[in-house]
Amino acid sequence: MTGLLSLITYTPLIGVAAILLLRAVAPDGAGRNEAAKWIALATTLATLALSVLLVAQFDSAEPGFQFQEDIAWFAGVHYRMGVDGISVLFVLLTAFLMPLCILASWKSIENRLLEYMVCFLVLETLMLGVFCALDLLEFYLFFEGGLIPMFLIIGVWGGKRRVYAAYKFFLYTLLGSVLMLAAILAMWGVAKTTSIPELMAFHFPPQMQIALWLAFFASFAVKMPMWPVHTWLPDAHVEAPTAGSVILAGIMLKMGGYGFLRFSLPMFPQASHYFTPLVFALSVIAVVYTSLVAFRQTDIKKLIAYSSVAHMGFVTMGIFSGNAQGVQGAIFQMLSHGVISGALFLCVGVVYDRMHTREIAFYGGLVNRMPWYAAVFMLFTLGNVGLPGTSGFVGEILTMTGVYGVSTWTALIAATGVILSAVYALNLYRNVVFGEMTNPQLSAIADLNWREIVIFAPLIVGTLALGVYPKLVFAVTTASSDALVAAYHAALGA
Amino acid sequence: MTLYPALILALPEVLLTVLALVLLLGGAIGGPKSSSPVAAVAGLGLLGAAVLAAMGPHGTAFSGAFVADSFSAFARAAIYAMSAVGVLLGDRWLAKRDDAKFEFPVLVVLAAVGMGVTSASGDLISLYVGVEMQSLALYVLAAIRRNDAKASEAGLKYFVLGALSSGLLLYGASLIYGFAGSTHFPVIAAAVRAGAGTGGILFGLVFLICGLAFKVSAAPFHMWTPDVYEGAPTPIVAFFTAAPKFAAMVLFARALLDAFPGAIDQWRQVVLAIASLSMLWGAFAGLAQKNLKRLWAYSSIANVGYALVGLSAGGQAGAQSMLVFMVLYMIDVTGFFACLAALSRQGVAMETMDDMAGLIRVRPGLALAMTAFSLSALGLPPFSGFWAKVYVFKAAIDAGLWPVAVLGLVSSVVAAFYYLRLIKVMWFDPAAGGATDAAPAYAKGVAYVAALFSFPVAMVALAALDPAAAAAAQAFALH
Repeated sequence: MTGLLSLITYTPLIGVAAILLLRAVAPDGAGRNEAAKWIALATTLATLALSVLLVAQFDSAEPGFQFQEDIAWFAGVHYRMGVDGISVLFVLLTAFLMPLCILASWKSIENRLLEYMVCFLVLETLMLGVFCALDLLEFYLFFEGGLIPMFLIIGVWGGKRRVYAAYKFFLYTLLGSVLMLAAILAMWGVAKTTSIPELMAFHFPPQMQIALWLAFFASFAVKMPMWPVHTWLPDAHVEAPTAGSVILAGIMLKMGGYGFLRFSLPMFPQASHYFTPLVFALSVIAVVYTSLVAFRQTDIKKLIAYSSVAHMGFVTMGIFSGNAQGVQGAIFQMLSHGVISGALFLCVGVVYDRMHTREIAFYGGLVNRMPWYAAVFMLFTLGNVGLPGTSGFVGEILTMTGVYGVSTWTALIAATGVILSAVYALNLYRNVVFGEMTNPQLSAIADLNWREIVIFAPLIVGTLALGVYPKLVFAVTTASSDALVAAYHAALGA
Repeated sequence: MTLYPALILALPEVLLTVLALVLLLGGAIGGPKSSSPVAAVAGLGLLGAAVLAAMGPHGTAFSGAFVADSFSAFARAAIYAMSAVGVLLGDRWLAKRDDAKFEFPVLVVLAAVGMGVTSASGDLISLYVGVEMQSLALYVLAAIRRNDAKASEAGLKYFVLGALSSGLLLYGASLIYGFAGSTHFPVIAAAVRAGAGTGGILFGLVFLICGLAFKVSAAPFHMWTPDVYEGAPTPIVAFFTAAPKFAAMVLFARALLDAFPGAIDQWRQVVLAIASLSMLWGAFAGLAQKNLKRLWAYSSIANVGYALVGLSAGGQAGAQSMLVFMVLYMIDVTGFFACLAALSRQGVAMETMDDMAGLIRVRPGLALAMTAFSLSALGLPPFSGFWAKVYVFKAAIDAGLWPVAVLGLVSSVVAAFYYLRLIKVMWFDPAAGGATDAAPAYAKGVAYVAALFSFPVAMVALAALDPAAAAAAQAFALH
């Protein structure tokens, strides 16, 4: 069905139009806010339904791009859409997390609710576009455009240091991205096309590949984020509202990994091979160093943010191992982390909504008052640690297997990260949930309400289902990632 | 060549000149009350001239001094159309302050004729005459509010520094004439190719470039810009940043690509140096600005740098990228100043960063438009400024000038900070300073149209603008 991808991508904009119309006709008040929430929820659910339809119709035996659209635009640039086994599940992940974000913001956003919903819906369109775009400039448009709503979400609805965090997020990402833009323009000049499928078949001279790879790396490494350009992430995560953190960790970080898979490996294979030791080194530093940093955090959100950096280390490592296990593991790890880290930020949001603080020291003994919450938080903590049976385990074990075949030492050091993640995650859990309830302010804290249960239920199902039956993912990704790996090795052998 | 076909080629300019004289006469008879009809006729006349210029026949007239080719047709159409917008904005703004003058539209028309002549010049003499005609009218426009001390200061500064740059320009032109033996561009081009007196010609060329850099306000010849922009009335600044700047860039292209295509390796170094300095200075010096008109002056310095990067690629691609960039930039910057012209608080213009605190809650429409213009000037997709940057940097990278392109892109990240600060002030800060006055419809109209053009119309319009600019730049393809 052609046009389905555009339909999915732009459906959130229908919600935007409806909310703007609502703003124009309805008087300001609680009723209008209530209506805006329902419009946003309905729109995101419709997008999710269309995405499910997309995955259902997706032919997983076909390694190439499907559902392609191609309209000539200007100066040789086309509007091209298409998904393959690598990108289709990210579309689903985005559409899956969005309704949960809207629900999570149901009560916690009090001022400028209409603008908030508009920002989120616009952001959803841009994020979906990133995963569907098959033209370099169009990709850049969606990739960079996402900065604007995120800047506003952090800056308007964020915490105390929101302005600082918003600037830092924006400028860091922009600096990386303008270098990518220079590389995109250079590729356009040399290959005379901006079509991603055509560029994947184009052979850039090895010297040029090095420069292009570095420029793309500047952008994706910041987005990922990789050590040492990760420092914007803890600030942005901590200051963003809960739903903003979920989107940042769940989807926006994945754009970096997706970029490596879509551009760096297939278009610059020689350069990717050349720089593999660098990526491995940065990845293991990220895994070990940020795990240790996470252990020392006093703010729950910051701890989870650092743990995200550590987990992304596994992803970069797996991608650049260049073999089937590594690449598949990286994709799996990204999807799994999207669910688990999103859920963890939502867990923080639950207690933050009630107590308005994220200090670890403030909490303790929550299990006495919030047994359901404790159970849910436990599940996602263990998923974050990578316990077998949860989705976190599959990605970590596969990436490490993949890397082991290329660099034993890298895999060995990265394996310590698994232990360290257990140290900080379980320590956090112990401090927040177990122990004596010493803080009298906590005595009246309420357990999960129905809205929160509705939010967590799909995430729990997702974590367990992927952990027990990972073939759900591999059935879709295998053909495309095998083709990617085969083309990579063919290019290196040639 | 007989007179009649020559007059047909220059028909828009001839008609505009006659129109200006008639309007001057009519205004003198009708007195200050006649400013509105004079402005209306001037605006319509400019629009008509834009259409005539776009549709008119091609050829050379007056012994090659006037070149009506696809390039000048494109440039003149854009210049006259933007001048018409300038008349609309300025006249209503002055009328609201009980300061309406029928001289204002007449001066804009005269400036537009000068700009048209420069962009169609094929000869150093017509180039200079056009530049002077444009500049003299602009000096007066800057100081049109006689009782405003700041505006008078702006006019005087503009005049003194502008006269200096005209002197440089003329000195360069005389050197070129002396060494090439002609003021005619094709003859100069042939002399440069033949290598006759190359050193002297290049010496003159550097002076010529310096004079032109003054007119486009490129660093290190930018000093007048912030002061003039701050002092001159806001809608007149909107006019200054659009049509005259575009005309000066077109002139840059004319002089360098028509008369000196053979010396591209020499002038490219000079232009790239000027462009790099402009991009860096526009980005760094803008960081310290509190007044939005000054801030946008630095932004325009940086943007001229980008346009010069595109131009220095040379040939059809370079000229095309410059044209696309300038058209998109002109619309953005006019829209931004239209927003500023629309905003006041108890009759006092809102011109500083602090004035804009929490504007999104007070005036959501204008604040959204200003957000769009800021993001566009920052070069963020999907706004038109992004496509403008794509064009110039693509041309530069294709010409092998990637270090300058990277420098430009990195400097745009520095500049991003001040655009973001404006957005931060409007969106994140609490509203302060009380209610704003009702925004006049004409300024709001211009602002909204420009904002909608920036996004999403530009994305569709590019499909038409791209081939139009390519056809316009065709004139330089052979060199």
